[in-house]
Amino acid sequence: MSFFNKFFNKKKEEDLQEGLQKTKTGFFNKLSKVVAGKNTVDESFLDDLEQILIQSDVGLDTTIKIIDRLEAKVAKDKYINIDELNDILKNVIVDLLDENKTVDLQDFEFDTSHKPHVILVVGVNGTGKTTTIGKLAYQFTKRGHKVLLGAADTFRAAAVDQLKIWSERVGCDFYSKGMNADPAAVAYETVQYGINEGHDLIIIDTAGRLHTKLHLMKELTKIKNSIDKKMPGAPHEVLLVLDATTGQNAIEQARQFTAATEVTALALTKLDGSAQGGVAIGISDQFKIPIKFIGLGESLEHLQVFNKKAFVEGLFN
Amino acid sequence: MFDSLSEKLEGAFKNLKGHGKLTEINIATSIKEIRRALVGADVNYKIAKEFTDKIKDQALGSANVLKSVKPGELMVKIVMDEMTALMGGDAIGLNMTGKPTVILIAGLQGSGKTTFTGKIAKFLKNKKKKRVLVTACDVYRPAAIDQLTVLSEQVGVEIYKEPDNKNPVEIAQNAVVYAIEQKIDVVIVDTAGRLAVDEVMMNEIAAIKKGIDPQEVLFVVDAMTGQDAVNTAKVFNDRIDFDGVVLTKLDGDTRGGAALSVKYTVGKPIKFISTGEKMDQLDVFYPERMAQRILGMGDIVSFVERAQDQFDEVEAKKLEKKIKKNKFDFNDFLKQIDQIRRMGDLKSLMGMIPGMGKLTKNLDIDNNAFNKVEAIIQSMTPEERGRPELLNMSRKKRIARGCGHDIHQINMFIKQFDQMKKMMHMMSKGNNMQNMMRNLERMGGRPGMGR
Ligand SMILES: Nc1nc2c(ncn2[C@@H]2O[C@H](COP(=O)(O)OP(=O)(O)OP(=O)(O)O)[C@@H](O)[C@H]2O)c(=O)[nH]1
Ligand SMILES: Nc1nc2c(ncn2[C@@H]2O[C@H](COP(=O)(O)OP(=O)(O)OP(=O)(O)O)[C@@H](O)[C@H]2O)c(=O)[nH]1
Ligand SMILES: [Mg+2]
Ligand SMILES: [Mg+2]
Repeated sequence: MSFFNKFFNKKKEEDLQEGLQKTKTGFFNKLSKVVAGKNTVDESFLDDLEQILIQSDVGLDTTIKIIDRLEAKVAKDKYINIDELNDILKNVIVDLLDENKTVDLQDFEFDTSHKPHVILVVGVNGTGKTTTIGKLAYQFTKRGHKVLLGAADTFRAAAVDQLKIWSERVGCDFYSKGMNADPAAVAYETVQYGINEGHDLIIIDTAGRLHTKLHLMKELTKIKNSIDKKMPGAPHEVLLVLDATTGQNAIEQARQFTAATEVTALALTKLDGSAQGGVAIGISDQFKIPIKFIGLGESLEHLQVFNKKAFVEGLFN
Repeated sequence: MFDSLSEKLEGAFKNLKGHGKLTEINIATSIKEIRRALVGADVNYKIAKEFTDKIKDQALGSANVLKSVKPGELMVKIVMDEMTALMGGDAIGLNMTGKPTVILIAGLQGSGKTTFTGKIAKFLKNKKKKRVLVTACDVYRPAAIDQLTVLSEQVGVEIYKEPDNKNPVEIAQNAVVYAIEQKIDVVIVDTAGRLAVDEVMMNEIAAIKKGIDPQEVLFVVDAMTGQDAVNTAKVFNDRIDFDGVVLTKLDGDTRGGAALSVKYTVGKPIKFISTGEKMDQLDVFYPERMAQRILGMGDIVSFVERAQDQFDEVEAKKLEKKIKKNKFDFNDFLKQIDQIRRMGDLKSLMGMIPGMGKLTKNLDIDNNAFNKVEAIIQSMTPEERGRPELLNMSRKKRIARGCGHDIHQINMFIKQFDQMKKMMHMMSKGNNMQNMMRNLERMGGRPGMGR
């Protein structure tokens, strides 16, 4: 590994630690407080643990699951110290995340066995789709790939301009048909343009939409189909962007977007805030979709590949 | 998805009925159910606990609950009333005493600030007949100024912007000066999204507030927010002491517990709700509806609204005529299916009708229920769709082949269709559809959900 690479990886870890700082302190401090002065796992400890998990947006069902598993591992009313307990709880959560059998990315990467590789980005309003696309384009451009962004959000005011500015910042290519164009047509033509121009990676932005609006979900299916029509098998990935501050509604978002577009990966944004990001655990528990990226800020570099172990370590260490 | 809370509570009380007396334990069980409902709706855990403890005391104090035939219902009523009172209080409008009145908008990233700025500008211009200026103080997000420019054009108000100035405090102050010169009534200041944990940005918003001394500071919060709503609201309130809350994205299916959390934490009134991306999708806050929504209870009002939203008067008249003449055909049927579909997810629609939650709980209503019917109709020729009487055996056979269902299913469907047609024809002589819609309207609906 080159010096530069090493340096970069180090920097990445610091970023993640920094971003998860608030999450970390919140979770761990609370846990320490709960455990302090206690040396058995009793009812009141479990109640407190339940509170911590729920306040991290882990959700009721998954919280109960975690507690049940912890109980199964720790003999009730037996003496236990905080380090042991931390380890056990950490393992319970990592195991839970591991159960959905998704493999963590090691670095920003995509399948290069076909060309172009097409990613469709979807999600409810304001979660960070466009920003995440900018950040992804930056990572892949930096790695020497020829990247093209397609502006299929033709609805929200200045959405096309926003994506265009990101492409300029990154220095990658950009395709649009302006505002109010048919998004399926934009997607189709973007892929066509990318094929003609020899792009390695195409990322298509779509308008934010609430999963309850059937006509908009149908529109999304249509966008997806039109991409497939231009390039059979594409989009190769459908990335659902979730906001870490979202509560239990994120579960329904994951369900409905998957129904409409067969989501293949998740990005969890705004983890630099005080939201605990516990939805990640709740969603991993209920879906088989891997979390691939986490957003830790508003600028180009503030995107990381998701790593289960690091994520949970970040919560506890 | 969520069976009505009162059913669960009835369940909690049922055990004891046989035993004669309702006890503290039963109340405790039902309190636990209520707490779960609240937490499931994203009400902050601590608040849910405090809130239900209070309810418990009330329930124990009221002999009525223990004597009541339906203690569960009574408990729900106590919860509803308490929650409504908590979230409601005196409805306070905007303080418009400034010359000009200055309104500052703040909140997390992507919560809907810029969209709301456009909406409130439109509202003040059209409904309150004010001269309005919107101000673009988000100097960070790509195309933030363009976004507000487009919205200001859409709603027809003036915009103040300084694309080359990176100092939002200055921009805001300059806007107010400009407004005074131009005799503008209201200045609305849109700001960048910021995290409560971002010291630099929180200092900035405090400085903007100090620099323009607004009459109204509004905190915009996404109704889908989870447990963190409490922290964020608290920090923003500590730093900028906002006057009111705007709850956005209520057009989705979030239960919206953040509304209770925020109100409970900072005690500031929820002044507006935002229910869509379009500029007229702005509304005042109804605490009772919100309480129902958080508790996952049937929300007949929303149901009616969604129905109305899809209701097209002209189409309905045409349809009525056709039914009266007994000319209802497969094309009309397809249109009806499409309308129901556009109202939203079938199961959640059913859940909105009080009492239906129970009925549909174990039923697997899937949104594809109509697919089969649609496939059958789509396999008909246009002529057949318009003239159902054409369908003879050979035509039915061809349709069966076309849609991949067997002939029995085709026959069954056509039989059901005929029955339905007959029934509608009969009904059309007595009542009429428009009356039906009018009745629904009287129940409290209001148009305007959409996109
Ligand atoms: N703090 C923080 N802010 C973020 C992050 N990702 C996005 N944002 C901000 O969130 C806001 C919304 O981001 P967008 O990328 O416009 O979201 P979107 O999903 O494309 O929004 P629509 O297209 O309107 O649905 C912007 O202010 C972004 O700067 C993140 O990881 N951390
Ligand atoms: N469905 C729905 N979408 C909304 C509502 N309000 C805003 N939006 C959408 O949410 C997204 C974000 O809205 P913005 O107004 O850009 O949010 P913002 O708070 O200004 O975002 P930043 O400036 O990046 O912090 C856009 O896609 C809006 O169209 C609402 O009430 N319902
Ligand atoms: Mg976008
Ligand atoms: Mg904005």
